[in-house]
Amino acid sequence: MVGAGIVGASCAYALTRAGVRVTVVDRGGVASGTTGAGEGNVLVSDKEPGPELELALRSNTLWRELDAECGGFEWEAKGGLVVAETPEVLDALTAFAASQQGVESAVVDPRDLEPHLAEGLAGGVHYPQDAQVQPMLAAARLLRASGARLVQTAVERFLVSGDRVTGVRTGQGDLYADAVVNAAGTWAGSFAQAPLPIRPRKGFILVTQPFAVPPVRHKVYTAAYVTNVASDAEGLETSGVIESTQAGTVLIGASRQRVGYDTAIDYTVLAKLARQAVGLFPVLADAQVMRAYAGLRPYSPDHLPVIGPDHRLGGLFHACGHEGAGIGLAPATAEMITAQVAGGTPPVDPAPFAPGRFA
Amino acid sequence: MIEFRFEGRAISAEEGQSIGAALHAAGIRSWRTTRFGGRPRGLFCAIGACFDCLLTVNGVPDQRACQTVARAGDEVGP
Amino acid sequence: MSYDLAVVGAGPAGLTAARVAAKRGLRVALIDGYARTGGQFLRGAAQPRLTGVEVKLGQRVWAVEKSPGGFQVHASATTTAATLLIATGAHDTVLPFPGWDLPGVLTAGGAQALVKGERIRPGAEMVVAGTGPFLLPVAVTLLEAGVRVKEVLEANRPSPLMAAALARNPSKAAEALAYVRRLAAARVPYRTGHAVVAAHGKDSVEGVTVARLTPEWRPYAWRTVDCDTVAVGYGFTPQVDLALQLGCELSGDHVVADDRQRTSVEGVLAAGEVTGVAGAPSAVVEGALAVHSLVGEPPPRLLAEKARLRRFARALERSYPVRDGWRDWLTPDTVVCRCEEVTLRAIDEARDLGAHDPRTLKLLARPGMGWCQGRMCGHAVARLTGHEPAPQKRPFAQPITLADLTLHDREDNA
Repeated sequence: MVGAGIVGASCAYALTRAGVRVTVVDRGGVASGTTGAGEGNVLVSDKEPGPELELALRSNTLWRELDAECGGFEWEAKGGLVVAETPEVLDALTAFAASQQGVESAVVDPRDLEPHLAEGLAGGVHYPQDAQVQPMLAAARLLRASGARLVQTAVERFLVSGDRVTGVRTGQGDLYADAVVNAAGTWAGSFAQAPLPIRPRKGFILVTQPFAVPPVRHKVYTAAYVTNVASDAEGLETSGVIESTQAGTVLIGASRQRVGYDTAIDYTVLAKLARQAVGLFPVLADAQVMRAYAGLRPYSPDHLPVIGPDHRLGGLFHACGHEGAGIGLAPATAEMITAQVAGGTPPVDPAPFAPGRFA
Repeated sequence: MIEFRFEGRAISAEEGQSIGAALHAAGIRSWRTTRFGGRPRGLFCAIGACFDCLLTVNGVPDQRACQTVARAGDEVGP
Repeated sequence: MSYDLAVVGAGPAGLTAARVAAKRGLRVALIDGYARTGGQFLRGAAQPRLTGVEVKLGQRVWAVEKSPGGFQVHASATTTAATLLIATGAHDTVLPFPGWDLPGVLTAGGAQALVKGERIRPGAEMVVAGTGPFLLPVAVTLLEAGVRVKEVLEANRPSPLMAAALARNPSKAAEALAYVRRLAAARVPYRTGHAVVAAHGKDSVEGVTVARLTPEWRPYAWRTVDCDTVAVGYGFTPQVDLALQLGCELSGDHVVADDRQRTSVEGVLAAGEVTGVAGAPSAVVEGALAVHSLVGEPPPRLLAEKARLRRFARALERSYPVRDGWRDWLTPDTVVCRCEEVTLRAIDEARDLGAHDPRTLKLLARPGMGWCQGRMCGHAVARLTGHEPAPQKRPFAQPITLADLTLHDREDNA
């Protein structure tokens, strides 16, 4: 297992339960990449109808099971609230919600759910299935519960014999395995033996001071977030995404930029996020910001994750390219990989996620 | 000397003194409790680095008592 | 208005630099977060006359950025200058121990600031503990303020290194001796190889446990001492946030500066404790040298003086290390991170879950995630994972309100 983020940890957990002996290799240790820079979203609300929504729905069920089985990662079925600024956007949002097969949703007056929301919003849709976990704890707990061995060292390359991958070369020597799973997140595309078109998309998060009772209860975001997630625009896009954590802080996103692997702070983007947050929750104007950080979300050309056997080399499987949805999609991804590695029925049709689709 | 009020009680401070120092000198060692354990907090670093001494000054929450100069008539509380 | 030089920090280094720069005809702004100049060391001193200096007090700098003409210094207003001098000083390094979050436990620097800057008596009966030469002047300051200082506890033991450093610096040796005599005259015991390993009390300190320490600081032979206040300090941590934001090269805990205080980033100077803790006299010399790097040549006398003070500071630093035995002072219930109330038990659990470095530990157990952003627990947390304490990047050197942040990109060049 290359990568000890949420995807690698979930895969290790599912595979060991299927009787597979797993070694996880990561140069930074558990949750040191994108997993450590995320909010812990387990969302169905932002998925348009199609394969990713099916994966998200399956994952939503699995996360509830994992919380019961393993737990210790601040699972919170807080629900999502998508708000629309104008009647036109509300119409589009309502139609979108109606098209999401299998997703529970209800049109609401947003201020009934979030009393501190700004006045004058056209309306909103409540998604009770949306949830949140503490992603770093989730990865660490699943990895620990899996019993898999974690080796902290860099994977330099896949070892290839003929048309099969037989293991990995690491900073601590060669490791041989019947199967290698590439769950290297943002860096998953960069193995020369089996390259993939995975690129980083930069996102900032602002973190406020802790509150005894945070003024935000649900994951609240504007309808623009859904269009931005699926967008192919090169430049900066931002949309208001606001939620609290069990530690009492409020997390403020979301921005998307394609600037390679650069994670430098850009105060202009942070100011924009602040304006959107205060626009949605005027009460946050007096909240003090303690920190901010940038994370890199790994995305593929069609914005779908890459899950399944490599189309060039045997013994190699990919589980990557989850963009900003890796936490939410990890358990169903792990279930799919386990079916493909150890035998079994995949939870959803694997074809749309096949790594060979870009070839 | 000037006077300000902490939870209704009159506290005197020298001109230019911080609210935190004035409270500490008046024998008030803590003015807030932590959000998990309910533990008392007051001055610790006294130079603005530790944020233990947060309090509300004239309705503005989460001000560092050690970095806020006391003014006559200030209303101060947890 | 754009300045030739913006000085952040109005302590000994910043004050000197601003004064010298103004005398040399530079347009200079001196910015400090507090309402008075002086920094920690001169906070109580008479406010100096700073002719020709634009003094901006109560301006808490939360970020510095490069801009086309130089640098922008962001506080409640933005200051623009061609050259930036970072003179942000240091704060006490502290170690956790049971009860260290009780009101009445103060940092040594804090206790001194309360006397010198605020003119109050921090406590009636106090114990001073920690390591480093700073404990002596703190104890004497407290005595002179009318505090009954019961003991002064230096965790390290006298070493040949210490003796050699003092032997090479007769004036420093005389100063230290004067402090020791002053304590002796007041019958205040100065004990080496001792520490406060616990504080007791209900709502505030009522007493402390004092232990003898092995050379590695493992405690033995405990006893209790009644007191209402404790001052603890284990050296100082330079406040390098602004330098890190600009990408200045660091060495260990401090900013690398050359003999004229130039950092690795063009146009950014650093002086005083932020370039390595060396005390106020050194900061004054460096503040002046920083200006000489802009106008004219540094006088050889200043360069020599700086070199001498720095050598002494390095020797002292080596003489007063923090040794690993302090971990034995902690119990599972001891709060390590005061802000997030993270106990040693929670830290051990996170380590068991795979947190082998400070960053992962922070992500899993939250030490350093609170208001102070790891300034108080950072040293201990790094050591608990077996790492050398290292400065972490803080995009916000001070918390600011979201309302203020919304204005950020609209007040450029304000």
